[in-house]
Amino acid sequence: MNKEVIIIGGGVAGMQCAISLAEMGVKPTIIEKSDKLGGKLNDWYKLFPTFTSASEVLNPLKDMINELGVDVKLSSEVTKLEPKSVTLADGTTMSADAIVICSGFEVFDARLKEEYGYKIYDNVITSVDLERMFCEGSVQNLDKNSPSRIAILHCVGSRDEKVCQTHCSRVCCVAGVKQAIELKELYPKSEIFNFYMDIRMFGCGYEELYKEAQIKHNIHFVRGRISEAAQTIDSKIQIKSEDTLIGRPLKMTVDLLVLMVGMSAGKSNNSFATTDGINLNTSGFISPKNIFTECVSSDVDSIFYAGTVTAPKNIGESITEGVAAAHKVAKFIKL
Amino acid sequence: MSWGYTINRARDIDMDRNDMTISKLILEKIPSLQGCIACGACVATCSTGALTKYSLRKVHTLVRRGEYSGLLDELNKCMLCGKCQLVCPRGINTRAVISLIKRELGDHR
Repeated sequence: MNKEVIIIGGGVAGMQCAISLAEMGVKPTIIEKSDKLGGKLNDWYKLFPTFTSASEVLNPLKDMINELGVDVKLSSEVTKLEPKSVTLADGTTMSADAIVICSGFEVFDARLKEEYGYKIYDNVITSVDLERMFCEGSVQNLDKNSPSRIAILHCVGSRDEKVCQTHCSRVCCVAGVKQAIELKELYPKSEIFNFYMDIRMFGCGYEELYKEAQIKHNIHFVRGRISEAAQTIDSKIQIKSEDTLIGRPLKMTVDLLVLMVGMSAGKSNNSFATTDGINLNTSGFISPKNIFTECVSSDVDSIFYAGTVTAPKNIGESITEGVAAAHKVAKFIKL
Repeated sequence: MSWGYTINRARDIDMDRNDMTISKLILEKIPSLQGCIACGACVATCSTGALTKYSLRKVHTLVRRGEYSGLLDELNKCMLCGKCQLVCPRGINTRAVISLIKRELGDHR
């Protein structure tokens, strides 16, 4: 059986799609632009809602890729997509019977929300920075022995037309709750305030985690979006918001402001969309053929999708789409 | 001569100055209050709220921000009928909350 399947992107969706195809007897090729498989999960510490280590999800996938002998091309970027071929940055063209786009998302660039002072004030960090700090074992400028006040701001780069991000990134709500609990456990004397517009706990165990954050950890939830942050003379951050439940403005000085950055559409989506039959939605994610029945298919017979290339998704959903896309590919190439 | 100008007090909830002592005490005694998701069911069902601006959601949120001024008068409007407790999706003992806040703010003393 000499059918060629190219998988663009070696994150969890791409790896699972490759594994499922390999298990069905196809030898797929993963094209990954970075120098390792695993995508953004490589930089994550623990996963909601179970606090499972990210490596516990990544390592079995990587092992399966090795075991099944999946062909992996690292440090290779796709610059041109056609229904039956891709062209890489080095000029080589690879032909395929089917292509699965698993190129994922970009983390929202918090600098675009200049009013929060990311990369301007020292004590404003993003949720991605915080994951890295958790991996390193400590968070900047926080002291385990003295009380500190931390604000976590939800919906940075989500539900915000000012930065062309009309969508809800879905996972940041529960990620913000998870990080609040992790901060509280690492710094038990700290007081943590999550500023939210809505708390959307869509997944299994998420609502329970939210309640645990409230009852067990006494995380404070303030319904209001922070309008601006400013640095005080002693390098703390003063934030302003409205407490919408009370209907009055609120100000507060915190030691650390964590911005829950959302999922933005992948940078490569624009170039993919130059191919006929591949269309973007308003936030720049690729629209699947049908969001109910054909969510891993495109309007091009030979091109399929899996994971966050089509919309913000959690890890379980991305992996599930990897399996689904593999099934659709197998049917298409008449395996 | 009066020019008709006055100086307005800032409307901030000043979390840097507010005294959170009573707020913390109340949450320690009834931790289930921390589980409020501000759904407003208590206000929607409230007999007092049907006739006045009294809102348990708002009152307890003010307590949680250390804003106690005027709350006792608000809570004294409550008839303790307990309908709010019946509808609360988080199972908060709202009557106990009301009694506790009134006690801590100086009623029955």
